[in-house]
Amino acid sequence: MDRKQCCVKLSVQPSRGLMDEKFIVLVQNALPGSQLTIRALHQCEDGHSWEAFGHYTADTTGTINVSEDPSIRGTYSGVEQMGLLWSLRPIPGSKPGLRMRKKNIQTPMEVTISVYQGHQTEGFADLVPLSGVVVERWYMAPGVRRIPVTEGGLTAALFLPLGPGPFPGLLDLYGLGGELVEYRAALLASHGFASMAIDYLTSKFTIETGKMVDRQYFETAYRVLQQHPQVCKSRIAMIGLSFGTSITLKMAIYSEIIKLSAAVCISGTHVQPVDGSVEEILRFPYKNVGKTRFSEKDEVICRDLMLPIPTDPSLKADVGRLQCPLLLLVGEDDQNWPTQESALNIKEMMAQAGNSHLLTVLSYPNAGHLIEPPYTPHTRSSNFRPAGMPEKVMCLWGGQTVEHSRAQEDAWKKILVFLRENLYGDRNPTLFSHL
Amino acid sequence: MTQVVPPILSVTPSRALVDEKFKVLVENLPPGCPVTVRSLHHSEDKDDWEAYGHYVSDHSGVVSVSEDLSYGGTYTGKEPMGLLWSMRPVPGSRPGLRLRKMNVCTPMLVTVSVHSGHEGFRDQAPLASVLTERWYMAPGIRRININEQGVQGTLFIPPGPGPFPGLLDMWGGGGGLLESRAALLASHGYVSLALDYLGFDQESENLEFKYFETAFNIIKDHPQVMPDRVGIFGLSLGSLVAVTLAAYSTIVKPCCIVCISCNHYYPARGSTVTSKFEGVTRQLSKARVNEDNQVIWKDVALEFITDPSNIAEVGRINCPTLLVNGCDDQNWPTVETAEDVARLMREAGKEHLLSRLAYPDTGHLIEPPFSPHFRATTFVMRSSKEKVILLWGGQTKPHSDAQEDSWRKILSFLQFHLYCSPNLKAKI
Repeated sequence: MDRKQCCVKLSVQPSRGLMDEKFIVLVQNALPGSQLTIRALHQCEDGHSWEAFGHYTADTTGTINVSEDPSIRGTYSGVEQMGLLWSLRPIPGSKPGLRMRKKNIQTPMEVTISVYQGHQTEGFADLVPLSGVVVERWYMAPGVRRIPVTEGGLTAALFLPLGPGPFPGLLDLYGLGGELVEYRAALLASHGFASMAIDYLTSKFTIETGKMVDRQYFETAYRVLQQHPQVCKSRIAMIGLSFGTSITLKMAIYSEIIKLSAAVCISGTHVQPVDGSVEEILRFPYKNVGKTRFSEKDEVICRDLMLPIPTDPSLKADVGRLQCPLLLLVGEDDQNWPTQESALNIKEMMAQAGNSHLLTVLSYPNAGHLIEPPYTPHTRSSNFRPAGMPEKVMCLWGGQTVEHSRAQEDAWKKILVFLRENLYGDRNPTLFSHL
Repeated sequence: MTQVVPPILSVTPSRALVDEKFKVLVENLPPGCPVTVRSLHHSEDKDDWEAYGHYVSDHSGVVSVSEDLSYGGTYTGKEPMGLLWSMRPVPGSRPGLRLRKMNVCTPMLVTVSVHSGHEGFRDQAPLASVLTERWYMAPGIRRININEQGVQGTLFIPPGPGPFPGLLDMWGGGGGLLESRAALLASHGYVSLALDYLGFDQESENLEFKYFETAFNIIKDHPQVMPDRVGIFGLSLGSLVAVTLAAYSTIVKPCCIVCISCNHYYPARGSTVTSKFEGVTRQLSKARVNEDNQVIWKDVALEFITDPSNIAEVGRINCPTLLVNGCDDQNWPTVETAEDVARLMREAGKEHLLSRLAYPDTGHLIEPPFSPHFRATTFVMRSSKEKVILLWGGQTKPHSDAQEDSWRKILSFLQFHLYCSPNLKAKI
């Protein structure tokens, strides 16, 4: 047994963290100047393996600190504290078009981080690492409770922080993929918001009746959230991605019942038939299905279906009527929706209407459509089946990995600040007088 | 009725190992607001332990436990971890309690909350609370029950290919198998065996010695352990085992030993450690009892160790030795013991092997950091089953500082001796 092999000490601090927390990966006791590879391996719920790695050189004390030292080459390069997570990609030989999304958010994502001798690029499964540790990444902080919601025909899950409350509320909507996507709501609850993830495309109601939900479904969700004894009735926001944005804007502007304190719209558009039902809004882009383009890898590019941005006001949500702060997130390389063009038009409309003080636009060069919580892998394209459609297509979302990952990190930080300011903020100083 | 938005309380990290620090932050308070930050833990024995500090928010409505001063409570001053180490049983609890986690596979759950005001803060519901998990086992550690070759204990193996250095871990005369420290040591990269050794009623000293040697070899012979990098870690009576193995065993050669609250009392050659301990505790029944009815063993025990024929021949130890003791130890004369060990090793020319850490106002039970200090707790005498309250000594703040400081230095000592430093041989 090579004595030298036993020297290397690998540690990751913290070994258990939330998905949006940073960690420090430290290698100690290596031979000074030795070449080492640090690798992360994760097996996701559907059985696929994902890996990331960086090539390092130990310094004169035999140490490598991933948050301070550069990776020379690998799935990421340069000084990238969290590169071992955001640059994860399916191991060579995997099925194409994979996307990593955790379904069961009550268990942690387990990542094995190991250090290997030399600068390795492949065949890790056949190599014996010098050292390895297991790291847990959680979507739910301790004490956060998951409560399934079926009241009023809803298919939803409410995540409540621990404590007496009351907490500001959040309605969380994803896009056309449907199903109940819970991870962002769970993470937001870990930051102090009572967050309800809503399935509005494949809900029990839709499956049983074959009909799509409409405005009342979301108003019911709002009511259920408002009436919860631990939720602040007057501090409820909505966060939507992709088609979830269309719903968010529709509710924020046109619903008599839903009164939002703030809205976050990620990778969305305001282009929608103003008087249309949710179903009509959903079907609207398909009128232009002929404008679908294909990349040279045969990936579907949908962004032109809603271009050019209409001038007809009946085809755009009237953002000039918005009465709550709006945070708009744009990936400038979004190949799926015309997010950037929409954001520009929204800005113009609000400037004309005089409510542009409510608008904040965060625009990220080379970021794609799927702007998700940080440190999860960037998906440039994946196999996607919109709810209700018979087939999967390889959809191009866009984005370049490094910039997209930076965008996710920055966007998340700013989303949390925005939500905190608008939902926890002191809008009425006299409210605290009883303390 | 307008609803009030609560303050925002956060504990970062929310899940940590028991020896890791956390940051407790309260935000969104009004400026200059008096609040109490409190921790609460419901133990496995179903007792409630709490700690609290009184704070006043700054101009931006923030209280940072790591940066601000506590004006009172169970701790004062700038104490980032005061909410853990100053915990004590809530008023009205039964006396003499000691906090020990027996199930190390689950985390210790602590609820941290923020309350309005200072005096009478418990009268109202908290403004906000969060739950934090404190783990003894890092992710990926394997816990294996050991019952082989007559040896009983629990083995903890770090994740990864290894090989790892090993540690034989023993607690004191309190009995029962405490796994907490071994689990934590494994989380720092050592294959650790928490050894159950009291009450086995071995027939003879030789057989008992064999028990310890067999336990040591179980670690040494494990395929994931570096055989020449196995050490021994003992507290109190456990340190007597460490010292005697290092001094007398012809079979095992520990790479280094750590002795907390060292005991080198080794009379009546020919009897087992267990029976020696029995004998000692019987004689200690004549020990002094103070006005709080707490039993002080130290003074009587001091008489025992003055006879040189009753002392283990520590001059025979041939490996690096770290002694850690508290100067206010009321249970065993560890100050005098440490002096004696130093003298004997010096006389044998082994002084270069010895390192010593001694802490003022620190008691007998020097445990991993941030665990509460107990000045006196209930102890059941093994043979008579009599319950007494033993005085361990120490004052909470200095004892807690000692736990934090000594743990850091113990880990450093172990890393230095058990994780080899890279040699500069050309072949790689």
